[in-house]
Amino acid sequence: MTPSSSIAAPGAAPGHEAHHDEHGDHPSYLVDGTTVKSWLLTVDHKRIGIMYMFWVLLFFLVGGIFALMIRLELLTPGPTIMDAMTYNRTFTLHGVVMIFLFMIPAIPAIFGNFMLPLMLGAKDVAFPRLNLLSLYVYLAGAGFALWGMLNGGLDTGWTFYTPYSAHTTTTVAPVLFGAFIIGFSSILTGMNFIVTAHTMRAPGITWFKMPLFVWALYATSCIQVLATPVIGLLLLLVSAENLFNLGMFDVARGGDPVLFQHLFWFYSHPAVYIMVLPAFGVMSEVVSTFSRKNIFGYRAVAYSSVGIAFVGFFAWGHHMFVSGQSTFDAGIFGALSMLVGVFTAIKVFNWVGTVYKGAVEFTTPFAYFCGFLFFTVFGGMTGIAVATVSLDVAWHDTYFVVAHFHFIMVGATIMAFLAALHYWFPKMFGKTYHEGWGLVSAALIILGFNATFIPQFLLGNAGMPRRYYEYPERFQALNVASTAGASLLAFGFVIIALYLTWALIYGKRVDNPWGSKGYEWLTASPPPTHNFVGPQPTYPEEPHFYVDPKKAEVSDAV
Amino acid sequence: MQSSHSASAPGGAKLAAHFASLDVQKHAARLGMWLFLATEILLFAGLFACYAAYRFLFPEAWAASSRSLDLLMGSINTIVLITSSFTAAMAVHYAKEGKNKLVGHMFFLTLLMAGAFLVIKYFEYKHKFHIGTLPGRYYFYDGIQVPGAPMFFTVYFASTALHAFHVIIGMTVLAIIMVRAYRKGDFGPNNYTAVELGSMYWHLVDLVWIFLFPMLYLV
Repeated sequence: MTPSSSIAAPGAAPGHEAHHDEHGDHPSYLVDGTTVKSWLLTVDHKRIGIMYMFWVLLFFLVGGIFALMIRLELLTPGPTIMDAMTYNRTFTLHGVVMIFLFMIPAIPAIFGNFMLPLMLGAKDVAFPRLNLLSLYVYLAGAGFALWGMLNGGLDTGWTFYTPYSAHTTTTVAPVLFGAFIIGFSSILTGMNFIVTAHTMRAPGITWFKMPLFVWALYATSCIQVLATPVIGLLLLLVSAENLFNLGMFDVARGGDPVLFQHLFWFYSHPAVYIMVLPAFGVMSEVVSTFSRKNIFGYRAVAYSSVGIAFVGFFAWGHHMFVSGQSTFDAGIFGALSMLVGVFTAIKVFNWVGTVYKGAVEFTTPFAYFCGFLFFTVFGGMTGIAVATVSLDVAWHDTYFVVAHFHFIMVGATIMAFLAALHYWFPKMFGKTYHEGWGLVSAALIILGFNATFIPQFLLGNAGMPRRYYEYPERFQALNVASTAGASLLAFGFVIIALYLTWALIYGKRVDNPWGSKGYEWLTASPPPTHNFVGPQPTYPEEPHFYVDPKKAEVSDAV
Repeated sequence: MQSSHSASAPGGAKLAAHFASLDVQKHAARLGMWLFLATEILLFAGLFACYAAYRFLFPEAWAASSRSLDLLMGSINTIVLITSSFTAAMAVHYAKEGKNKLVGHMFFLTLLMAGAFLVIKYFEYKHKFHIGTLPGRYYFYDGIQVPGAPMFFTVYFASTALHAFHVIIGMTVLAIIMVRAYRKGDFGPNNYTAVELGSMYWHLVDLVWIFLFPMLYLV
């Protein structure tokens, strides 16, 4: 199928007919300016997205290496490859790098940046220069954090709980300050996205015609804008505590460490939804495209994103069931946490409803969708379990909790990240990858992820606490299984890295290999610098407006 | 090719190429500023939460420590800052009428009062350093022997220092706009967004102080 024939389909935007005649004069964003300066000082949201991709993937590699080191250390009950202090630093840095440098920016900063204006028919985000600034703020924060890591690292766990973080001899302040700076990058991106959704929608795109990925980004951005300043303040206070003995959480003078936990989780619980809501948005796009149907229950999915963002602000207390919170508070927070499960279930049912009677095309992104569905449901159900106070008292700070949040927060996000990477790879680079290798690595990663974390559920249930360097003999079999799973997972990622790099250079030239009718596919792949040529397109149809797959489209199937 | 093209619109305002119209562009700038102010409010809200928790734990210490603050200096500072917000608002009014010189004058007055605020704050700080009402373990004042008093001064210094930092940032922003009003003089009925946004930020700085003053001085 040629690009122009997909554009000529019903629902195509006027102005696209002339597009290909002029293509020669409007080079794609990838080749429009080839100097280093044209990349580093660009204000093009697509180039900024690509640069984010480079750095975020680099930090994903760093965090992944830390993860493998942890798993290797836990292969045997005693010391294996490092001493206890190194182990403490390793799991702390694994958490810090993966959360602040990989998962929070991963989907919004890479795919959000790239797709949001395309999905709204805009030439760019509302504040292109702020967008570039957010990248450099991110890198400055990452630089601070890395400097701290190389100069000793810290051993507090990524949660930086006081009073320990105020008194440990390891390098806390630079890493905290780095996280503080990265927070600004997150705020800038969030502000930019909210304003973009409000002001940059093309004629015809009403709020309830916005692609669901945009809805998810909108909800995410609201959390980023409202929650991040609180942890910013907290990180400043703890840095000041650590450097100048400010005394805000100093127990000797009446300070309250539980207050620290409240403020910390006021951000860090909603932060979970900063990571997972964009993942939900990606999946709404993927499931529509590969089922050849628009999403079942569009408004329910859109509202439930906003609902999760809202309820997410009132659930933080479930991290503190054993911190001395009153039983009444714990009960309230438990019940509120379960509301998140209700909204997530609404989404899950709607995704399944979308697949039902769709014309499913089982490609790599769809394979990740299947994995995602499993991780979301399994992780979500265990989430209901740990939100139950009486159960959580036993499971708190065990591997059960580790496995739970890796399933829901990491599993779902990684699945969506990889689905987005594969689904939008042709959009971003105009090239395609080898589908067979895609499916093989998807299988490896989904199996590897399960093999890594299902044993950890069992370990936690048997009583193995998290963050411990040594463990009793009887836990070894499950730990070996978990490490084996992690190796499988790593192997899957290596395969992806190989075939995607190969595809980047030698991949087959494509425009819209999926025949997707998401708004972002209405322009060329890769898009020209200002996203479309000629006047701003109008969008008469909703996104993913496929003709009934059982009738007209069967003969025309891609 | 990479930079967004700019075109001149009537009234001197620049329309960036990615916006549909100048109105949309102004709307976007204003919305962005409101969101930014929301983040600032949340930033201070964290501090207010600390204040609330510790005041609940140490009500006597809070009352006693609050008495030790200089109410006169605090009140003068409040009046100075509220007045500076008035001149900042006047600057927006004059910018809409294109009276650039008056915009500059108004911001100059605002900056003058902001400077006065910081000078008064400096004398308050100096006094505290002298008598020893300092945060946490640096506290060595004999006058208040109630548990929790050092915590009051931790909260006091954390919040007033963070506020003073915002005053300095606000002053920088207003100074830049003031210079632009004097030198370029291009503000007018269609081009006053920069003045408006700068002024909005200044009102926030003022508003935070309006919360801090009763919380710290009038317990």
